[in-house]
Amino acid sequence: MSNIILNHSDTTPANPSRRRAMKAVAGITGFLIAVTQSGQLFAQSATPAKEAKKYGGDGMPGGLVDNPLVFLSIAADGIVSVVCHRSEMGQGVRTSFPMVVADELEADLKHVRVVQAQADEVRFGNQNTDGSRSLRHSMDPLRRVGAAARMMLEAAAAAEWKVPVKEVQARNHELIHIPTGRKIGFGQVAVAAMAMPVPLRETLTLKNPSQFRYIGKGNVKNIDGMDIVRGRAQYGTDIRMEGMLYAVIARPPVVGGKVRTFDDANALKVPGVLRVIELKGSPPPIGFNPLGGIAVLASNTWAAIKGREALTIEWDDGPNASYDSVEYRKTLEDIARKPAKAVRDEGKTMAVLAASKKTVSAEYYLPHLAHATMEPPVATARIVNGRCEVWTSVQAPQATVDIVAKHLGIEPKQVTVHVTLLGGGFGRKSKPDFAAEAALLSKAMDGKPVKVQWTREDDLHNDYFHTVAVEHFESSVDAKGMPTAWLHRSAAPTIGSTFVDGAKGLNVGEMGHTAINIPFKIPNIRIETPEAAAHTRIGWFRSVYNIPHAFGVQSFVAELAAAAKRDPKDYLLDLIGPARRIDPTSMGDTSNYGESPERYPIDTGRMRRVVDMAARGAGWGRVLPKGHGLGIATAYSFMSYTAAVIEVAVDDKGNIRIVDVDMAIDCGPQVNTERIRSQVEGAVIMGLTLAMHGEISFKTGRVVQSNFHDHVLMRQNEAPRKIRVHLAPSDYKVAPGGVGEPGLPPVAPALCNAIFAATGKRIRQLPIANQLAPV
Amino acid sequence: MTNLTINGQPHAVSVPEDTPLLWALRDELGLTGTKFGCGAGLCGACTIHLDGVAVRSCITPISAAVGKQVTTIENAEQDKLGAALQVAWVEAGVPQCGYCQGGQIMSAMALLKRIPKPTDGDIDEAMSGNLCRCGTYTRIRAAIKSVASAQGAKA
Repeated sequence: MSNIILNHSDTTPANPSRRRAMKAVAGITGFLIAVTQSGQLFAQSATPAKEAKKYGGDGMPGGLVDNPLVFLSIAADGIVSVVCHRSEMGQGVRTSFPMVVADELEADLKHVRVVQAQADEVRFGNQNTDGSRSLRHSMDPLRRVGAAARMMLEAAAAAEWKVPVKEVQARNHELIHIPTGRKIGFGQVAVAAMAMPVPLRETLTLKNPSQFRYIGKGNVKNIDGMDIVRGRAQYGTDIRMEGMLYAVIARPPVVGGKVRTFDDANALKVPGVLRVIELKGSPPPIGFNPLGGIAVLASNTWAAIKGREALTIEWDDGPNASYDSVEYRKTLEDIARKPAKAVRDEGKTMAVLAASKKTVSAEYYLPHLAHATMEPPVATARIVNGRCEVWTSVQAPQATVDIVAKHLGIEPKQVTVHVTLLGGGFGRKSKPDFAAEAALLSKAMDGKPVKVQWTREDDLHNDYFHTVAVEHFESSVDAKGMPTAWLHRSAAPTIGSTFVDGAKGLNVGEMGHTAINIPFKIPNIRIETPEAAAHTRIGWFRSVYNIPHAFGVQSFVAELAAAAKRDPKDYLLDLIGPARRIDPTSMGDTSNYGESPERYPIDTGRMRRVVDMAARGAGWGRVLPKGHGLGIATAYSFMSYTAAVIEVAVDDKGNIRIVDVDMAIDCGPQVNTERIRSQVEGAVIMGLTLAMHGEISFKTGRVVQSNFHDHVLMRQNEAPRKIRVHLAPSDYKVAPGGVGEPGLPPVAPALCNAIFAATGKRIRQLPIANQLAPV
Repeated sequence: MTNLTINGQPHAVSVPEDTPLLWALRDELGLTGTKFGCGAGLCGACTIHLDGVAVRSCITPISAAVGKQVTTIENAEQDKLGAALQVAWVEAGVPQCGYCQGGQIMSAMALLKRIPKPTDGDIDEAMSGNLCRCGTYTRIRAAIKSVASAQGAKA
């Protein structure tokens, strides 16, 4: 896109044929985002080779837009409206985006409102809210939005006063004529300012960070806070419309299954039930397509639920009917113990291992996980005059437009998606299958509004599950116990299988999640990806493959430290080695979360620093009460560095109490420090939950768990009393990193390392559950 | 037709008597602050008060609410303690996605009415029925304690 931004039309990509190409392959866009964490691979495959490789937000579908006329408006009463084009799911983006704009604009946040964008990537640029990208990609464009609008206000005031523009300065929602001290409010020149030419990008003057009033100051409360606590905030599930029907769907319990026969006679007798509609399933690949099943439409949700209970359905379970977690674990272990394709191979790992006198090896198992957002998936759709409108809580607004259009057989421009607040996302709501269900049911009801509500059982039975994994490690060690060779095989189904039927083996993007890109000083490194077929819908879950990989890597490092009889923290730091910047491509990581390797090298100095910060926060090395232990782990993910130190107490019955948690994060520049802390605290609870309890298991192709009685989440009584978050001080010389996900990967290994310190027992499979109970 | 008193106002709903209060509130009366999370009394997102006692509306049939005062999160600010909790929640930055927080506040309000100065054990007991997937537990505890100590100071 050109640097010259004059009006809205310039936000349209310069090359319309590229846009069409994107639409044409919309079905695989998600896959490519999945595998690369950016659109860069997409850009490579769908655009001429002569186009330079794009990174970060520029490489995403829709790219980045920084036109102030798209993102803000100022009313005559001075109220500034800032458009938030990413979805709010608790990470605070609806507060953080206005903070950035208001800071550069010199607006007073008291007079700033946030407006949620509809899905429109041509207008707003990329809207995907995943991959910990929102501020990482949008901070700079939003600063430019604010700065450009500020200059337009200054120009308008200068024109009003007939003075040179350099004599006018915006300050806290006013414009000041410096020589005379004359003042005028933003609102008074708003109309004239919005009609001013938008300044060229290279003429913008951005603030020196020392001038920030909101960015990094920790002085802003959640913009939706009072609405939330008063029960007024609107989530996807809260949509109500005149004449709306409430639907629940009996979906095939096995992925790939379909309805053989059904009987709805009893369902139709349930008071309030109006219609029963069969939804056809979708042929592979799975994508974001609806699963099909039998929908019950009623005058309220409860009647629909009762109606569904009264259905009699015979299922044809299809090819995944025998999926069984116990058997599948054996399959993964089997392939994890055999040589496989190497995606990184330095030195002569296999020969060194074979010749070594002393080796250490370990294998770790992590089951499938469910997102279990507190708000289960839900969407409302209606169709009027061939146009479909959808109200839903999704992380991927544009993908929602595309999947609805595809299933209705209409053009994307005939679909409007309104994004509500999300009652949790964690990656589940990046897959808008539920929106397509609502649209199809509305179509079947002649366009009447239909809300599809997933129940908790639906959510746990038909999620896009986090991968199951076996992580296999072998190392030879020298006389000091340091590894001379490192072999890591990651045996897990790929998310690619959701988008390309039958895809096997983790791709480089997935291996770039703490496997291929371990920054350790080891002369012989070999990282392999055995091929495992998927038998259910595999999908992104907060921090994705970093969960199994970081668990394996950071547990194994602690095992090596124990074998060397060394302090785990000192050993970890020695393994990381001296402070240096490593080009990720030199390790075979050509994905790097879609970011430029020059802009985002792996900086071991920053990794060392978070390890030190977390250790210092926890008082590493202090004398602990009997039965207590400290564990440490670090991870690099989504361009940020995190480290966790956890203190546990284990009693003689094997009960685990998490005493305290210290988390350090270096995410580069910080915008909303208060939300960074809360995101990290939340990641700690999610990490502890998956370590202690997290498990989705399959038997005869079906998920065994069904609700919160057998799918256990951490509760208040089990949560640590203290989570101390340590923010690494940062200037604006390093590029911004992510926040939503990076807190999660080090938590489970730090916990299990603490349990080892407390008890001498090494946990090699999750969840921990009752593994510490005396036998 | 079932007659209910909700937030001090009379309401009549024409759904079967075994319909959970949750769905009557949300779908029939438009009081959507009370949230659906599990439908089985396991997560607390649907917590309301029945004569001041915190109950899970997803497993409470409307027939059980007849003749009782139903209070939902929409009315919490009319109560001094409820209003104080709401302010404390925002001040402490408790909500992330916020979906469970209405239920959390209703549970906290019932707790503080019963025990004005709760111990950590009291908080565990009263609040462990309310799940939060965003993991805001430490801030919930802090916000409850801040309201308890402010109320204590006033007394």
